[in-house]
Amino acid sequence: MSLSAPTCIGASVSRIDGPAKVTGAAKYAAEYVAPDLAHGYVVTSRIARGRIRRIDVSRARRVAGVIDVLTHDNRPQMAAQDDAYRDDVAPEGAPFRPLYNDRILFSGQPIAVVLAEDPEAARFAATLLGVDYDEEPHVTDFLGQRDAAVAAPKGAFGPPPARGSVETALEAAPVRHDADYYVPAETHNPMELYATTAIWDADGRLTVYDKTQGVQNAHTYLCGVFGLKPEDLRVMSPYMGGGFGSGLRPQYQVVLAVLAAKALRRPARVVLTRAQMFELGYRPAMIQRISLGADADGTLRAIAHDAVTMTSRYEDFYRQETGWSGLLYACANASYAHRLARLDLPTPCDMRAPSAATGVYALECAMDELAVALNMDPIALRLKNYSERDQHSGDPYSSKNLRACYEQGAEAFGWAGRAPEPRAMRDGDELIGWGMATGVWEALQMSIGVRIVLSANGHAEVSCATSDIGTGTYTIMAQVAADMLGLPLQDISIRLGDSTLPRSPVEGGSWIAASVANGIAATADAIRADVLRLAQGLPHAPLAGAGPDDVELAEGCVVSRADPSRRTPIADALRHARLERIEREHLTEFAAPKLAHNTHSAVFAEVRIDEDLGLIRVTRVVSAVAAGRILNAKTARSQIMGGVVWGVGMALHEETLIDPAFGRIMNANIADYHVPVNADIHDIEVIFVDEPDAEINHLGVKGLGEIGIVGVAAAIANAVYHATGTRVRDLPITLDKLRR
Amino acid sequence: MTQLQTTEVPAAKNPSLAPPDKLAVTLIVNGVEQTLRLAPWTTLLDALRDHLNLTGTKKGCDHGQCGACTVLVEGRRINSCLTFAVMQDGARITTIEGLARNGVLHPLQQAFTDHDAFQCGYCTPGQICSAAGLLAEGKPLTRDEIREAMSGNICRCGAYPNIVAAIEQAMGRT
Repeated sequence: MSLSAPTCIGASVSRIDGPAKVTGAAKYAAEYVAPDLAHGYVVTSRIARGRIRRIDVSRARRVAGVIDVLTHDNRPQMAAQDDAYRDDVAPEGAPFRPLYNDRILFSGQPIAVVLAEDPEAARFAATLLGVDYDEEPHVTDFLGQRDAAVAAPKGAFGPPPARGSVETALEAAPVRHDADYYVPAETHNPMELYATTAIWDADGRLTVYDKTQGVQNAHTYLCGVFGLKPEDLRVMSPYMGGGFGSGLRPQYQVVLAVLAAKALRRPARVVLTRAQMFELGYRPAMIQRISLGADADGTLRAIAHDAVTMTSRYEDFYRQETGWSGLLYACANASYAHRLARLDLPTPCDMRAPSAATGVYALECAMDELAVALNMDPIALRLKNYSERDQHSGDPYSSKNLRACYEQGAEAFGWAGRAPEPRAMRDGDELIGWGMATGVWEALQMSIGVRIVLSANGHAEVSCATSDIGTGTYTIMAQVAADMLGLPLQDISIRLGDSTLPRSPVEGGSWIAASVANGIAATADAIRADVLRLAQGLPHAPLAGAGPDDVELAEGCVVSRADPSRRTPIADALRHARLERIEREHLTEFAAPKLAHNTHSAVFAEVRIDEDLGLIRVTRVVSAVAAGRILNAKTARSQIMGGVVWGVGMALHEETLIDPAFGRIMNANIADYHVPVNADIHDIEVIFVDEPDAEINHLGVKGLGEIGIVGVAAAIANAVYHATGTRVRDLPITLDKLRR
Repeated sequence: MTQLQTTEVPAAKNPSLAPPDKLAVTLIVNGVEQTLRLAPWTTLLDALRDHLNLTGTKKGCDHGQCGACTVLVEGRRINSCLTFAVMQDGARITTIEGLARNGVLHPLQQAFTDHDAFQCGYCTPGQICSAAGLLAEGKPLTRDEIREAMSGNICRCGAYPNIVAAIEQAMGRT
């Protein structure tokens, strides 16, 4: 491979899917058409718990253009058993079965889909359904259920084992900090509406264009739910208008679209409304209690982290929210507890940096409060407890350059100029606050299949069933392939988002970049060996006697590393063998890493707060990130910037409000659920510190999707305290909380 | 598959359940005159997406809250989900598909690509049309004013600083 002189990997390359996106040519799930397409509009439950007694569809059916109304009473056959509905990322429990029976599990649950010749008729007819319920008492008041919460089952995501003796250490510690922190439920709100278009082909096979982060996860799920043969179903998602975790599990519109297509034997499309999307899943609200004990010099003696999060009554969703606290800093005594409040709501789901965005928020605010109690600089406190080992396992890291994040971030931000006391910095009517926090995420990788077809004309097609949800997967795949195959970027084409392509996990957890990049490298190794073998079949072969490791692919040739003048054009090698192309498909598997593996960041934030009005602006953020090798400087920066914007929303804007009386979401639209807009976002500087990692994987890639948000809300909350002297421990920090 | 209990009901026996009659509507979309028969409840957004297959204009909320559906009507940026197609009879409409000329990207399309001013791409046509409308307004704009004037277009991927940089490039500042 031409890793000796990579020209594409790491470069600031513009997205290869950019032209399609800026011209409107990129097609999303609701934009595929077929003759005779039926349009579905979903009707949802207005109660949070109970049973449907009766659905009167007679008026709806009389609307001209309405084809049918599907409910649990008349839908086509679906699987009954829970296992059929358990997808790759389902938590423990009995998954929701859309339109399965009369049971209502949450307000906003789909109970019917109206199918019509045009979307307007379907929408109008949907207003004419008469639904009678047998209502049962529901519980959706999270804070009221704090004491009733049950211990999270021990499983893959249960709290890590405690170490040392936290109670003794806390009692003995000369300096202590204990506080509760609250993060509300939050909703992903990707810009694209959830949608599925299901189209039959002439042979009775179904192609499903779905908004999903995992076409193969959706494929397996649909085969199970509908008893379909795998070859009779294809799931496609070449473009996805944002996911942020909401599309990891198959969402109910895909089931309804397939039900409709089966019921009508016609192509069918179901598009959800923005309000309906609020019931697809959410970041669970979390109450956390953090207790820290330290010596007077800042040495941490004890960390205790107790959490309560919300889940549904039918699945237990949790993600080791407390585990980050005992991982990050050197500390001999640590304990964790996690309880679940089971509510009459849909199951929560993963949302950008699930568990870390919330758990590390509390830890990093608590560390700031401890620094204040110790009269220490916040960075100095973190450096005092810097850990060169994973504190859970005791293992050293494959790489950890968090120290450089602190140094370079502080330098870029100008941290040295910070007056330590609160309310010490101002500009006219505005109080200025500077805060910082640490971020941490995992560096994961998953088995992945890649196919490369190298043509004699110097073009290569690289394919994998992964998704590009806006993360830049198309582009980094092309960059890696270009370097590994020694071809110009424009001669690489990428196919993804198609369930028939080589195996891929869902796109989540920041694991795709590392997985697919190394998968391409490994597959390209096989291609290189093939090309060399063919080149050695030429008369007077310049590369006679060379082994695969002695050569690389570069400039359209297979080239001796030792003597670049010894080379054979790929085209000659293939044509001599009378081959138009060579093809390799390879499943790359990753051994369990022997060393600890994480990404880290140091986040610095400046806020300016109008002293009279309490208006908060985040005027500057510096995020310094250590995440191994960066594959594309341009798209990587955008990933981190996007994470910072999410952190601003988490800190200041976002909160999904649930009315306990009706058990439904009150602000299920993006005027009342506030997300950052352009005017909310000012200067964001992203720094990638050098972090070579020869251990994590061949290319030293760790992934970036999550790390950008972790720590941001804490840095902003700490800056708000520094500006005002008021410590707000429940998010979002709205101006009323500063005024009380 | 279970048999559906379909009941044959004559369409719209009850007048209150009859969808409104369709009307002829002429739209000049990207320079091409299009005459459609549309019900008065069809929004301009749905007319573009469902009737003209111009799916570059996106639906993100259908309530005028997100800006993904922004198009130019007579050169002015509007949310196409908040106007009925029949209200625009005879109007000249420019969508994202109408910005590039002879295969050459509009300066804003090029600038958005150069500055990585999008990730998932779903808000992008609306952002670009909104920016085109903003530039056509011809006001000298500070960076803060660009941010304010572009705040009707939500980008959940968080590309805002890059969107501002792209607009500045298209304004000839960089």
